[in-house]
Amino acid sequence: MSDPSITDPAAIVEASASAHPRRMTLNMGPQHPSTHGVLRVVVELEGETVRRAIPDIGFLHTGIEKQFEALDYQQGVTLTDRVDYLANLSNNLCYALAVEKLLGLEIPPRAQWMRVLLVELTRLNSHLVWLGTQALDIGAMSVFLYCFREREDLLRIFEMFSGQRMMTSYIRIGGLALEPPRGWQEAVSRFIKAFPSNVDQYEDLLTKNPIWLRRTRGVGHVPLDVLVDLGVTGPVLRACGLNWDIRKTEPYSSYEKFDFEVPTRTEGDVYARYQVRLAEMRQSARIVEQALAGMPEGAWRADAPHVLLPDREKMKTQMEALIYHFKIVTEGFGVPAGEYYQAIESPRGELAYYVVSDGTAKPYRVFMRTPSFGNLQALPAMTEGRLVADTIASMGSLDFVLGDVDR
Amino acid sequence: MDFFVLSVLKALVVAGALMTSLAYLQWVERKVIAHIQLRLGPYRVGPHGLLQPLADVIKLATKEGIVPSHVNKPFYLLAPFLAVSLALTSIAVIPFGPEIEAFGVRTYMQLTDINIGVLFLLAISSLSVYAVTFAGWASNNKYSLLGGLRAAAQMISYELPLAIALAGPLLIAGSLSLREIVEAQQGVTLGILPRWMIFQPPAPQIFGFVIFLIAAFAETNRVPFDLPEAENELVAGFHTEYSSLKFASFFMAEYANMITMTAITTTLFLGGWLPLFPAEYGSNFVPSILFALLAAAALYHGLHPARRKDRFSLPVVALLLAAAAALFLIPIVQTFLLPLFWFLAKAGALMFLFIWVRGTMPRFRYDQLMSFAWKFMFPAAAVNLFASALLVALFAR
Repeated sequence: MSDPSITDPAAIVEASASAHPRRMTLNMGPQHPSTHGVLRVVVELEGETVRRAIPDIGFLHTGIEKQFEALDYQQGVTLTDRVDYLANLSNNLCYALAVEKLLGLEIPPRAQWMRVLLVELTRLNSHLVWLGTQALDIGAMSVFLYCFREREDLLRIFEMFSGQRMMTSYIRIGGLALEPPRGWQEAVSRFIKAFPSNVDQYEDLLTKNPIWLRRTRGVGHVPLDVLVDLGVTGPVLRACGLNWDIRKTEPYSSYEKFDFEVPTRTEGDVYARYQVRLAEMRQSARIVEQALAGMPEGAWRADAPHVLLPDREKMKTQMEALIYHFKIVTEGFGVPAGEYYQAIESPRGELAYYVVSDGTAKPYRVFMRTPSFGNLQALPAMTEGRLVADTIASMGSLDFVLGDVDR
Repeated sequence: MDFFVLSVLKALVVAGALMTSLAYLQWVERKVIAHIQLRLGPYRVGPHGLLQPLADVIKLATKEGIVPSHVNKPFYLLAPFLAVSLALTSIAVIPFGPEIEAFGVRTYMQLTDINIGVLFLLAISSLSVYAVTFAGWASNNKYSLLGGLRAAAQMISYELPLAIALAGPLLIAGSLSLREIVEAQQGVTLGILPRWMIFQPPAPQIFGFVIFLIAAFAETNRVPFDLPEAENELVAGFHTEYSSLKFASFFMAEYANMITMTAITTTLFLGGWLPLFPAEYGSNFVPSILFALLAAAALYHGLHPARRKDRFSLPVVALLLAAAAALFLIPIVQTFLLPLFWFLAKAGALMFLFIWVRGTMPRFRYDQLMSFAWKFMFPAAAVNLFASALLVALFAR
């Protein structure tokens, strides 16, 4: 192997390429049309065959984990939006669940169901962007724009709920940020009624398209044990045959009350990932339908006056409410000392927040186990020995978000 | 009239028409793709973005022409020039119509009818590989190099099935002159079908046509064979390092190649400028009826406008269409407008197919592209040629 003191990927590849006179080092990214952000992959090529691929991350490092320590708990929610711009609500939820566990809060059923509904819409949002970009990577340009049409409807729904299209911060510690807006049921049900037929359209364009099959079947295959060793989770893992979905294995936010299947495939190639994600979209639509139909009545946030700001009405009439308001606004709320690791199934895989509290109003440490980071580790295993075009297809099928990788 | 003056005049007309249609082909492509993708496409410059091509030309021509310091300058500068001039050359032998008489001069609606027209086309299209290879190599950029090599391999590979598929019509027509090939397709077969090469007994060239069309997609580097400039892998392929007019040249070359390829396909397989059915059945009135119908539709929508401004714009469009319909009824104009109409209609339909495919298909992978060329296209073209040769030898004349 190469000199361990060299850490720059370019230097590693350069060194190994210069040992083989017929090889060429190609630097893909950080500005490249299909690295989905600012990923840099240094590739060693022999002709068009990739001999070696080293992802170089960190171009989007924002120090979000450290920033948590400077904000109080509720403010931290706004940071979670910025980790993964396609799955904001999943990140909101995961962080909120972890802190709520430390606080010992009981979340009312309506809020829990609302959260499930929103998180599943987020999954649809994320998978739509994935489908569009994956198709674009393989050259099918139109699918990208069709997917963004649906995504636009979803973003409008998110905007309706939270006032924001992307940085929603709608799921807060203790429940939701605001009362669900008037008319949300109609908006969501209109979307979810039209959605399955739209997925059928995408399948018409791609699923049996011979070129699509040639480009995706057998491409980017990695054995299951290697994937597990690398820490890969989510649809990529399930496309390899492992039925691992945290919504089923460790249900949170009353997922156990919903009836859905976890789609799996055994081929473990790009096509299997495509099939798994499309099936997941249909399952998510089912969950949303169930959430719509069986949405419980009741409070949309917990009864926890020491954590949640009181209603304006109460604040103006009750002295305790005014005191709580003053305390929460000026010094936040203290969280009992302890630590908690909360994992959820984000669109990309296992997303976890590990929150350590020292009893004050600000977290001592927040660590994120982000699915994109784990999934990206499989890129070299998927691409080495294959063609440049397969690198692009594999990269698309991993569905990573660079903000999620670098944090 | 003096042969020289006539040639210059014809060249000017053809070149002007080609350049305009180049610019507007790009507009049409953007519009069609946009509507496939639920977008509007160019809309800002002029009504429905009709002046967009002009704006693009001005933009590209006035950009700074950067020559990167690490390029091999002579070849770097030669490549775009070569690409565009070769792409524009092949239009010279395409016949747009029969012999016509105007202002007392008899001439063919064709720049030049050389008796080895088909060979000339093949020679020119082979040469255009050099432009791409030079560009890829001289740019001294890894993406360009990969793009250039891909393009060279692809164009050489697909030239074989292209040339073999093209031999079928030659066998039937017994000539290499494009004008004579078109003239060999006159008439009707089986009572209703036109005697175009794709239907003509004894060896209908339907398979040859399909093979030729697929190879034409590859030759023009269009989706699904657009690997040389696969932007998701190779950024912009062989023209990554080009800017300004040099980039515009490659762009023009691509569209000029597309026009030439559709023109050749039309000429060889679809009867060139010949009408869909003979004049005895009233084919001369088809364009008039078509334009009249369009005018009626525009007028109807003008009278029931969806938007306020349609009330004025659509009747004007209807008037123009009605004028076009009337124009096709004037006997003197008919002699050269009708062949042109049929030629453009067929070439336009093929062009639409090119664009449609781009809006629908994903892209091949490099090795799949090559194996498709050598393991499927080449044998298929060869079998088609042998079968045609056999049929022609047994049944023809």
